[in-house]
Amino acid sequence: MSFISNFKLVSVASGALLLAACAANGSSSSSDMGADVGPIAGSQEDLVANVGDRVFFAFDRYDLNATAQSTLQRQAAWLDAHPTVTLLVEGHCDERGTREYNLALGARRANAAKGYLVSLGADPARATTISYGKERPVALGHNEESWALNRRAVSVVVNGPTS
Amino acid sequence: MRIRVLMAMSAVLSLTLLFPASVEQAFAQRGGDTLHIEINQGIIDPMPIAIADFIGQSPDEIQKGQTLAQVVTNNLRNSGLFRPIDPRAFIERPNDFQALPRFVDWRLIDAEALLTGQVVLQDDGRLRIEFRLWDVLREQQLIGLQYFTTPENWRRVAHLVSDAIYERLTGETGYFDTRIVYIHESGPANLRRKRLAIMDQDGANPTYLTDGRDLVLTPRFSPTAQEITYLAYQNNKPRVYLLNIETAQQEIVGDFPGMTFAPRFSPDGKKIIMSFERDGNSDIYVMDLARRRSTRLTRHPAIDTGATYSPDGRRLTFESDRSQFQQIYVMNADGTDVKRISFGDGRYGTPVWSPRGDLIAFTKHRQGRFYIGVMRPDGSGERLLTESFLDEGPTWSPNGRVLMFFRQSGDTFKLWSVDLTGYNLRQIPTQGDASDPAWSPLIK
Repeated sequence: MSFISNFKLVSVASGALLLAACAANGSSSSSDMGADVGPIAGSQEDLVANVGDRVFFAFDRYDLNATAQSTLQRQAAWLDAHPTVTLLVEGHCDERGTREYNLALGARRANAAKGYLVSLGADPARATTISYGKERPVALGHNEESWALNRRAVSVVVNGPTS
Repeated sequence: MRIRVLMAMSAVLSLTLLFPASVEQAFAQRGGDTLHIEINQGIIDPMPIAIADFIGQSPDEIQKGQTLAQVVTNNLRNSGLFRPIDPRAFIERPNDFQALPRFVDWRLIDAEALLTGQVVLQDDGRLRIEFRLWDVLREQQLIGLQYFTTPENWRRVAHLVSDAIYERLTGETGYFDTRIVYIHESGPANLRRKRLAIMDQDGANPTYLTDGRDLVLTPRFSPTAQEITYLAYQNNKPRVYLLNIETAQQEIVGDFPGMTFAPRFSPDGKKIIMSFERDGNSDIYVMDLARRRSTRLTRHPAIDTGATYSPDGRRLTFESDRSQFQQIYVMNADGTDVKRISFGDGRYGTPVWSPRGDLIAFTKHRQGRFYIGVMRPDGSGERLLTESFLDEGPTWSPNGRVLMFFRQSGDTFKLWSVDLTGYNLRQIPTQGDASDPAWSPLIK
């Protein structure tokens, strides 16, 4: 999945991010003239728009495919560029699994993403993990298209610049 | 309010035997076996039973007598073993609790069993509820019992009466005087609000135990039904908690780096078995509640979770994907002698040992469908009882005859129950959506 389509999906799916994005726009120094509008460097919006905040997994899997690896490579570089930022990596599953198993699987996914960041040189202390199992889907359909979007690890900026 | 509701459970309840209404009747054995329901087979032909409104004198007693009869009727019908006869067909309307029924009138409407009862609000403020169960064909009293209780406790007596009837006619322990702890769900799927809730087995008296601020999952009863262990995301940390129902006191029991989840009590209530997740790997640990010390039971890079004890506390069943996909395993309570028991086509999870020890219930996922099933602890005799888009998380009735689970259809989550025979699939009434049910033990 390309970065561009990732971004679109993220934009429509995450209410929290939309709110954050609004706040970012509100505090932006850019004028209504349309020049230089963009997220604050090191913010969640920056991560979403310019890097990609999430990677996706196959059903009942937690290995990172080439697309996921390149997203995480950009995340690692981005972390390097913003040394004060720390991340919470959330692991999520689709609804096609039992609850406790999915909690464990979500933990695996979050740790797979974090582990790859660390392997690229990120300080392990800058990324903590949490699993939500199947409790927090972003796509609400009951079909493979939605399930594919819900099987994800999402990097959330914990103490970046406030928007 | 929560505490008041739950204190009512332990309100004084006393019980005495009623002698048969007529001494001669006690010896009027008419040959043949006594009235009995065989429940090891699927019941295709439930026993016809007439349940008369409990007799009362004052308007309050009459009203209570009617609702008592309704609760008993509902319980017995929902068991799938009884067919309560429509009261509009009754020829006799019992109005004297001490008099013998006119058995011929009950035979005419094909009743095999008859329940009569009486409600008396005594001068001391207590409620006296008495009932007699009759074998209509043999014209004899099968049981006569009398309960003394506080008036607000009438509903619990209706469940005790139901249990007494069930036990007398099936020879099995009843399960009507029990409760269900579950997760009440509301709101959109991406921001689901989940609250810990408790209700009677028939869906009555639902009460919330948490306010919905934190995500809560998988509540399980202690063997005394006084405590619940569950998973809560407080301050964004998924950890195992313990809640005392009467005091509402809540404490964390699994506070370790990483996630603790999938908790269950040991049968003696002294330990909680749970999964610890560290760096993405989940293993099974047991926590001694008195000493607050944990012991690791599995050590494997695979996911090990969903552990539950056998009723004697000597064995455990759990799920693991150590053989590639989610499968069910058993081992000794100290973690030794691990054996895989599920070998069918598909994924198997959420194993729960029957209170009788003879079966393990599970969730099966195969080719896009989910099933509730049972197998013996050695993995033989697999039987699937239900099937849907998502059926998950079975919990046993304390007598091991009924399984409750939750079913997702579209965006809707509801609690359902099914007999061990696979018959009598029915939805449990809840306010709103519900999931993760756990059946209480019999309340003593």
